Amino acid sequence: MTDTILPDAGPKDAEPAPAPAKGRSLWDDARRRLKRNPAAMISLYIVGVLVFLAAFGPMLWVHPVDEIFREQVGIAPTTTDMHWLGTDTEGRDLMARILFGLRISLLVGVAATAVALTIGVVWGAVAGFFGGVVDTVMMRVVDVLYAIPFIFFVIVLMTVVRTEDPISNLLLIFMAIGAVEWLTMARIVRGQTIALRRREFVEAARASGAGPFAIVFRHIVPNVLGPVLVFASLNIPVIILAESFLSFLGLGVQEPLTSLGSLISDGAANMVDAPWLLIAPAVTMLVTLMALNFLGDGLRDALDPKDR
Amino acid sequence: MLVQVVRRLIVAVPTLLAIITAAFFLMHSAEGGPFDRERQLPPEIERRLLAEYKLDLPVEQQLGYYLLDLAQGDLGPSMTYKDKDVFQIISEGFPTSFVLGVSAITLAVLLGGLLGVMAALRQNRPQDYAVMALAMVGVCLPPLVMGPIFKLVFGETLNLLPSVGLARDQFSIPHLLLPVLTLALPQIAIVSRLMRASTIEAMRSNAIRTARAKGLPEHEIIWRHALPVAALPVVSYLGPALAGVLAGSFVIETVFGLPGIGRQFIIGALARDYTLVMGVVILYSALIIFMNMLVDVLYGVLDPRARTA
Repeated sequence: MTDTILPDAGPKDAEPAPAPAKGRSLWDDARRRLKRNPAAMISLYIVGVLVFLAAFGPMLWVHPVDEIFREQVGIAPTTTDMHWLGTDTEGRDLMARILFGLRISLLVGVAATAVALTIGVVWGAVAGFFGGVVDTVMMRVVDVLYAIPFIFFVIVLMTVVRTEDPISNLLLIFMAIGAVEWLTMARIVRGQTIALRRREFVEAARASGAGPFAIVFRHIVPNVLGPVLVFASLNIPVIILAESFLSFLGLGVQEPLTSLGSLISDGAANMVDAPWLLIAPAVTMLVTLMALNFLGDGLRDALDPKDR
Repeated sequence: MLVQVVRRLIVAVPTLLAIITAAFFLMHSAEGGPFDRERQLPPEIERRLLAEYKLDLPVEQQLGYYLLDLAQGDLGPSMTYKDKDVFQIISEGFPTSFVLGVSAITLAVLLGGLLGVMAALRQNRPQDYAVMALAMVGVCLPPLVMGPIFKLVFGETLNLLPSVGLARDQFSIPHLLLPVLTLALPQIAIVSRLMRASTIEAMRSNAIRTARAKGLPEHEIIWRHALPVAALPVVSYLGPALAGVLAGSFVIETVFGLPGIGRQFIIGALARDYTLVMGVVILYSALIIFMNMLVDVLYGVLDPRARTA
């Protein structure tokens, strides 16, 4: 195809023209840079293991999460009967509880980030693309909300709205945390959108008759995904922490569900007699937070090398 | 500068009013009233009780009365402590929480700032990497995890420091050391990162090149010319830092058994003591908004470019 455009491309019967140099997309570059960052790669594997444990651990582990061992209440870590991390004050296997708590914590992190991502991307893209009064009003709202210390609001919300059903309580946590974490996302997306909206490919889409919403969601949003992804990955540990904070205060997930935060809270209450109840979930929490943070940092360096 | 203060106040007051209104309606949307748990009262007495607390009025009127009382510093009666009102509970806990928060923020700014400058002046050398690695780890050590761990290690196991208990209005450094350190840890990490980045940028600026060209001694370049500029991001981080420390104090006061507002807040939240929860939320929101305002004004003082007429 090139030789019809460029007259002095080689003769047709010669060797086939060398394939055009394989273009390296942003994502190829990013992957290469990520692979060269050992901390991020190790974190990636750790996150992989944690996700696997959260997804399948509770099914694979020998003890079910809700089984009560009446003869083995509050025993220290031991190999007998496979209580590798001991049992809690009610005789439940701690390993099973931690696997289950990890599942809930990661679930909250991902689900609430998804909520924040959706609101933030739509809000920011619409404000940035339409500009003018729409932009001013929408961003003013973000500014005002920014001034409000939102963790308190989540606390009030969790105090006031009480559901007896643990599942709807969990949904409430997703909503409450996700609904307060979208502000930064909206700002990032708006900035990126403003930078993109005068670009040629947007012009081309407009010329070919695409409506404003098609342009925003088919052309602009895919192009702002890099920074959004970085922010989302760094946001997951923040949300896990927020959920743990609520659970630690007794306002988060309810029994029979559990999360790393409520396990740490239980452990802190019994630390003198049963320190393992504190140490095991605390270590799990620290490993999770660190792996996610290092991975997010690595992603940022990989996708936005300027920022190093 | 006065213009700026007034301008910020014009924004801050409606924000605070919006917070109070939202929290108020949220609180009143809850099912059940505060007296539901009492044993069944005769209807006449219940009516008088509701009238006494103005709970029989429409919500908008209740909000009006609440704001009116609030303007006089009255946050209403507590619903768990029968003999105290919310203002009393808050003012009893305030000194402890205040000392805790101010010490943690001071520690974070001083130590974090120092570490950040050290790292920046040794950019890409071992000292820099060491500080940044510490900061990276520090961000992942929330009070929620480190509070109980510190208490277990230093208090219960090594018996180095008292791990629990502090009489009201009596402050002793050994009692406060662990709580303050726990609260400050993530903030130290964040401040040191901010300070490192801004110092590196400041040292590369034209102003510093000019100062070097004038032949000023290096310490004077750093202290007089680079640091005031480099400190700006840290100054603007003070608002979020305060929010972080206040939220952390809920956990820390509970873990270390300190008689501050945070612990009362948690007890109140668990007992559904709406008025107490409201009172603390309003107080802390006002503090944070005030802090943000202070930061904006301070910013104008430190950075002439940020002064707008």
